[in-house]
Amino acid sequence: MLLEVKNLSVYYYTLSGVVKGAEGISFSVREGEWITFVGESGSGKSTVAHAVMNLVPSPGRIVSGEVLFNGRNLLKLPGEELRKIRGKEMTMIFQDPMTSLDPLRTVGDQMVEAMTVHGVDEAEAKRKAKELLEGVNLPGDRFNYYPHQLSGGQRQRVSIAIAMAFRPKLLIADEPTTALDVIVQDSIMDILNGMKEEGTSIYFVTHDISLAVERSDRIAVMYAGKLVEVGTVDQIVENPLHPYTKALIEAVPDLWKEGKVRAIPGYPPDLRSPPSGCRFHPRCPYAKAGLCDTEEPDFREVERGHFVACHFPGVWRK
Amino acid sequence: MRLIDYIINPLRGRKPGRGLLLFGTSVVLTVIIMALLAPWISPYNPTQIGADIFAPPSSKHLMGTNNLGQDVFSRIIWGSRIILYVVAIATTLSIIVGVPLGLLSGYRGGKVDRTLSMIMDSIYSFPSLILAIVIAVVLGPSPVNTAIAIAFVYVPTYFRMVRGQTLSLKNQLFVEAARAIGVKDWETMRKYILPNVLPTVLVVFTLSVADAILTEAGLSFLGLSVTPPTPDWGYDLRVGQPFLLDGYWWLAFFPGIMIMLLAMGFAMIGEAINERLSLGTR
Amino acid sequence: MSEPLLKVENLKKYFPVKRGIIEALRKVPVRYVRAVDGISFEIKRGEVLGLIGESGCGKTTAGRTVLRLIEPTAGRIVFDGTDITALSREELRPFRRRMQIIFQDPYSSLSPRMKIGDAIAHPLLVHGLAEKEEAKEIALKMLRRVGLTPEEEFYDRYPHHLSGGQRQRVVIARAMVLKPEFVVADEAVSMIDVSMRASILELLESFREEYNMSQLFITHDIAVGKLIADRIVVMYLGKIVEIGPTEEVLKNPAHPYTRALIQAVPSIARRKREKKLRITGEVPNAVNIPSGCRFHPRCPLADELCREREPELVEVGHNHFVACHHPLR
Repeated sequence: MLLEVKNLSVYYYTLSGVVKGAEGISFSVREGEWITFVGESGSGKSTVAHAVMNLVPSPGRIVSGEVLFNGRNLLKLPGEELRKIRGKEMTMIFQDPMTSLDPLRTVGDQMVEAMTVHGVDEAEAKRKAKELLEGVNLPGDRFNYYPHQLSGGQRQRVSIAIAMAFRPKLLIADEPTTALDVIVQDSIMDILNGMKEEGTSIYFVTHDISLAVERSDRIAVMYAGKLVEVGTVDQIVENPLHPYTKALIEAVPDLWKEGKVRAIPGYPPDLRSPPSGCRFHPRCPYAKAGLCDTEEPDFREVERGHFVACHFPGVWRK
Repeated sequence: MRLIDYIINPLRGRKPGRGLLLFGTSVVLTVIIMALLAPWISPYNPTQIGADIFAPPSSKHLMGTNNLGQDVFSRIIWGSRIILYVVAIATTLSIIVGVPLGLLSGYRGGKVDRTLSMIMDSIYSFPSLILAIVIAVVLGPSPVNTAIAIAFVYVPTYFRMVRGQTLSLKNQLFVEAARAIGVKDWETMRKYILPNVLPTVLVVFTLSVADAILTEAGLSFLGLSVTPPTPDWGYDLRVGQPFLLDGYWWLAFFPGIMIMLLAMGFAMIGEAINERLSLGTR
Repeated sequence: MSEPLLKVENLKKYFPVKRGIIEALRKVPVRYVRAVDGISFEIKRGEVLGLIGESGCGKTTAGRTVLRLIEPTAGRIVFDGTDITALSREELRPFRRRMQIIFQDPYSSLSPRMKIGDAIAHPLLVHGLAEKEEAKEIALKMLRRVGLTPEEEFYDRYPHHLSGGQRQRVVIARAMVLKPEFVVADEAVSMIDVSMRASILELLESFREEYNMSQLFITHDIAVGKLIADRIVVMYLGKIVEIGPTEEVLKNPAHPYTRALIQAVPSIARRKREKKLRITGEVPNAVNIPSGCRFHPRCPLADELCREREPELVEVGHNHFVACHHPLR
């Protein structure tokens, strides 16, 4: 197992109270697989992704759990060793590439630096940087461009190129296409797919479940700081077991589906005081009083590789 | 959020800037109460000349007496009236002039903006104390004239800040939405832009009050504000200063420390609100 | 056929490119971004026209120019029989009530220091449609109507208390309180979570039915367009490349660009998509517009003709027009 996350909880200590950003998250990522985390904003999907890198922004804190990367707990690793792993064996790209690119230096400069800090000599780094740019379908002359001279899609390609410098074992992509147009989005997804085919595991985060279905191997659905369902794409799409997953699939505008889309009623809860019992029960059409609102469902395996946290998985079919 | 909430909210619970704010507001409130209650709490007539000159601080004269035998404590209490009076008029005037001009300049742009900005920048580039002195000299010594001189100096501070904010706010979608609704220009400025500028005006206000207090003290130190024997902190500071060397430290010390405390009080309020604002409105 | 509510003829908007001091001194001629470069369309009463395109195609500028929030460089905008292209600001004010806009970004389209109830009531006061108390009553009803209940509680809240989806409901309420006949919805759902989009679209749809309201619905996501639009216009680099009934355009796209847009949309229903026509690259800068057909550098079907001559819009099906030398069939 490349990555194993056990019982991870992240809280944000804000001025207005403790926000339970993610609670009791457990999952694993295999070598060479593409797993996609889906959820609404505030579901904790991005929090978990940052926690895996041990990069939770203040005022957030990882309050419990383990993140085992190749068997080593990243949360217990001294800073120096963690630094060696980050950027080399596992790396991350973000929704807004401008946050990770220095506006005052050329793209090439930054790519070379990313490699020399890990001990690659400069001439070699330069050669490789140009190769990497071509790998993400950018002409080699972009090497001398400043980030502001590139379009949003091109910047995202640059940040992918940097991320791929050491052929990491794991690439975490936090909504990398949300700000992009569909055609550009499609080509970024293709590039990520190419990386996967060369052996890098992709950990993809998105609010759009339709983006997950084509290229992922597995999908993990998060709601209100909890993992509610994990399974293969076929399991999730053909046979969703959690009412939230089902609602999420039905809410997406789809070009190829006839009929209307159905909105999910209500809003995600305030994570300073999440609902008791199952956190989805106030919005769930199948919720049973006396059970769903009081008792929290276990996250359990209902068929091989298909996990769900619901008292009545797939109840609408019965 | 209402404007007053920016002061009140940080006082509740443990929030950043609370210590600063607590100290600042208590100093400022004390001085204001002192000024309001002066006739009742002042133990002596502040202008009453007595035989007991250069008396050191004692139970009879809490802060001692000065070279004319006047009670320093009473003069401090009454002096707070003058300084607050001058500073209040001055900052009100500069806000009344500076804020609308800044709004207009930023919102309209073009020629209006260029002309106003040039005028304001030339005032701003002048050393403020010297400019205030020149104006005070021209207008003649009186508290109101001092206030006008100070106001003149601080107009560009408000103008520049409001103009800058307006420039960035006017590109926000809600201003465009106001146009799409059909809101008239002046109403857009008043209802949509001004409320968003006010929190920053409040910060600039408290910080510039602190500055204005020092300017007022400076002017009256130079004899350009009140005419003796009216009690005034700046004036008393100047009168007491030559006697420092003779060991009569209380003459200059108490007015000096009061000026410093009041200025600091306002500055701290400003800092605290600023800290609060930069945290964003959560 | 009834007179259309909105008629746009050969609308153009060019923005001058800022020159540096040195360029200005050397008298380098001012160059222009041809954001909207001669587009014409009509919208009937109660009709929703979906304006589709990638960022940089001019769709946002087009939407704002139609409302005269941006002054057009050339062309004519006729609203309900009145040419509004040259009206003064004062003359335009009564039309402001009848046409509204909903922006993409619900975070910056509300003043952070105005109660959301007041934000909704204000348009009524501006147009003298209600007195203060009555405006408040109407605003409360509107809050309930857009699903922000309990409405009394929401009235006094400030935007930062609300989520993105809730804010967008406020923005819609503010636009709808004037009972507009025409609304420009500029990427109204693209910054909102996919799971919330459907409910916002439903809301807009319900207002369209209630007011018989026309919409120019601008979006980069053709799947959203499919849900709401009666007809679709596809724009590329300031020009219309295809226009037609939604069903027809989606089933039989005639322009290679439209086809590419459709293929790039992720879908759950059709997980393994066929990708016959691959297009690469991104929308070029609107300062240096390619010769001939503007799409030719990215088009897999481009030939000599495409590089030289700009194609005109021609009818390829019933009410279905395309500007392409080699329309797909």
